[in-house]
Amino acid sequence: MSEGLYSMEAKDYDKTLDLTKIKPYGDTMNDGKVQLSFTLPVPAGAEAEEAAKQLLKKMGFENPLVVYQKELTEGFCFMNCYGSLTHTVDYTSIHVPKVESTTMDMHECDEYIREHIGRKIVIVGASTGTDAHTVGIDAIMNMKGYAGHYGLERYDMIDAYNLGSQVPNEEFIAKGIELHADALIVSQTVTQKDVHIKNLTELVEMLEAEGLRDKVILICGGPRISHELAKELGYDAGFGPNTYADDEASYIAQEMVARGWK
Amino acid sequence: MQKSKVGLDFVEVEHARSVAKKIAGQVQDFVEDYTTVAVERTLCRFMGIDGVDANEVPMPNVVVDELKAKGVLGEGVMFYVGNAMVETGKSPQEIAEAIAVGTLDITKMPVHSKADIDKALEPVINATIDKVRGNRLRREKYIETIGEGSKPYLYIIVATGNIYEDVVQAQAGARQGADIIAVIRTTGQSLLDYVPYGATTEGFGGTFATQENFRIMRKALDEVGEEVGRYIRLCNYCSGLCMPEIAAMGALEGLDVMLNDALYGILFRDINMQRTLIDQYFSRIINGFAGVIINTGEDNYLTTADAYEEAHTVLASDLINEQLALMAGLPEEQQGLGHAFEMDPMLENGFLYELAQAQMIREIFPKAPLKYMPPTKFMTGNIFRGHIQDALFNIIGQWTHQGLQLLGMPTEAIHTPFMSDRYLSIENAKYIFNNMKDIGEEVEFKEGGIIKSRAQEVLHNATKLLEAMESEGLFTALEKGIFANVKRPKTGGKGLDGVTLKGEHYFNPFVELMKGKK
Repeated sequence: MSEGLYSMEAKDYDKTLDLTKIKPYGDTMNDGKVQLSFTLPVPAGAEAEEAAKQLLKKMGFENPLVVYQKELTEGFCFMNCYGSLTHTVDYTSIHVPKVESTTMDMHECDEYIREHIGRKIVIVGASTGTDAHTVGIDAIMNMKGYAGHYGLERYDMIDAYNLGSQVPNEEFIAKGIELHADALIVSQTVTQKDVHIKNLTELVEMLEAEGLRDKVILICGGPRISHELAKELGYDAGFGPNTYADDEASYIAQEMVARGWK
Repeated sequence: MQKSKVGLDFVEVEHARSVAKKIAGQVQDFVEDYTTVAVERTLCRFMGIDGVDANEVPMPNVVVDELKAKGVLGEGVMFYVGNAMVETGKSPQEIAEAIAVGTLDITKMPVHSKADIDKALEPVINATIDKVRGNRLRREKYIETIGEGSKPYLYIIVATGNIYEDVVQAQAGARQGADIIAVIRTTGQSLLDYVPYGATTEGFGGTFATQENFRIMRKALDEVGEEVGRYIRLCNYCSGLCMPEIAAMGALEGLDVMLNDALYGILFRDINMQRTLIDQYFSRIINGFAGVIINTGEDNYLTTADAYEEAHTVLASDLINEQLALMAGLPEEQQGLGHAFEMDPMLENGFLYELAQAQMIREIFPKAPLKYMPPTKFMTGNIFRGHIQDALFNIIGQWTHQGLQLLGMPTEAIHTPFMSDRYLSIENAKYIFNNMKDIGEEVEFKEGGIIKSRAQEVLHNATKLLEAMESEGLFTALEKGIFANVKRPKTGGKGLDGVTLKGEHYFNPFVELMKGKK
């Protein structure tokens, strides 16, 4: 079980950090240590262990180790494994698209809007399509907010409308028009079978068909949303995990100013 | 008088309960004058009407839509179908099929005497009553012969979208130690005003609740139950627009646990409050008769409202739900009232507050198989911390003798559970339940300490809230956003057009035959 711990194998690799060739870190630079767990559709036993080790080698691991196995039900073996990854990536050449705005807190944001836009901005949010989850949109919109970040309803200079969940895209757009929305925020929590992609794409297409796409700032958010994905789908910005109302409010305000909207 | 471990004043509890009873009574007075399309479709199913027409429309919808279109739904399907049985000598199913192809208009037949109609319906009604009672006896016999898991029952979900894949997952879960398998419904089913037909293999975030899917899973759980020597309970969801209809399907197919809460549908699915409270009444009568444990959804209030500040709304709602259930003849022993372990994990002494509340709810509803929910809102993707949050939740479940422990999964908020996630969660719970088995009997709480003070405070606040609601009623309270910080208008939401005042010929014999009966 614990052979890794007491391994006498020579650690003769280069232990200096080279950002052009990074790999995972266990307790020594460049040791490449990774923990994995997965289930194979075979009975527990020595063969299951060997199968797991071969898979690990194919994934690029050296010294694959199966430290625990348990047959969950007949013919399904769960395993915890370790290995040293041989692959590296060049960290210096990475470019990830990010939302280009400075996050201000609620008071700064209100002040910024007062000074640069001079009126309340209107933000309409909903969890659209068949998605019944309100957790995401509520965290952003509700007065109380989430994790110490006040929601948009609390901002003096924002008129925030939370339409709740399971809002059809047609209804969402109609409400946006009726309220003269400056920005629309879509929350998507359910992502099984990429249902969120279809729904998000449909909204963009409908806005374009009605000639409204460039008249609003369009944002999506949710646990599986990234800014890159959002841009790909035709949104102005995407907000993933660990982003809050102030991130979105700051972005919307600054984007409106950048576009010269009053 | 029982002795409270957290210093509750049971005189105050009984006062709160009596206020809740008045609030529920006002709802009940309203409910009894109405029927809905869902209630009528339920009666179709109880008369044996099933299947779909050429356009895949379920037969109960065909019959009910026909009466609704002709503006006579208020007289009820029992009257019209019963009358057509006397007139034509056909069975309810044959009558439905004739309506589907447009060869029969049951609204334009001579009206026969109530006695003749009753006589025609009697064998059909008796067959349904016998079948549902048979399912109940079958469950009781199973529990007597092969036994069941000890409480808290381990409750896990399956949600693949494909009923046949669900079977594999469910049987694996049962072998690992699960006592209850809940088949999560596909996203959006609660808003369908019909129940899909047949076995299904496609769903988003869950699997369609259909009668055939119920049958497939019941058979699979009976098989694995016999194998592991424990009766495995099957749970589904009779909430949403087809509340009583799904209750009926569950009763006919031997389901054991049903989510069944109008308040949940009103607040979180924006279903019209009048519609769903009428539907709920009949669904609870059915669940009561079928021996089904209902689950209520108060735990969900804390996903939109703060779990520390709004704890008393959960208790207030539990007390109202208890009274609404009793008025439908559903006994305390079948009331899986919901509450949750849902405070921000970073809150200092949060565990103590959670423990206080769980013990408080336990003592206020001593006979109820309470349904206890894990910390869903605060699962972050850090599966390692999440597993510990679930462990703390499991400790309280065992300590305070919760009835149904809905197991959290370390990977919650990432994906629907892998087979291995369920294994890890069940292992977590079994380890704690065994290792801390009698802690509740061993440990007493400090006089004037955090735990006792918290429990008493929540009870006071719940009592005050109920007193404030007594004069304005439940409908107004919902309009004001008392629960979950969500406001719902009395005439808003989905499904109001399916509500009808009962007419002079209206009758529903199942209320009398099932309510409060075994």
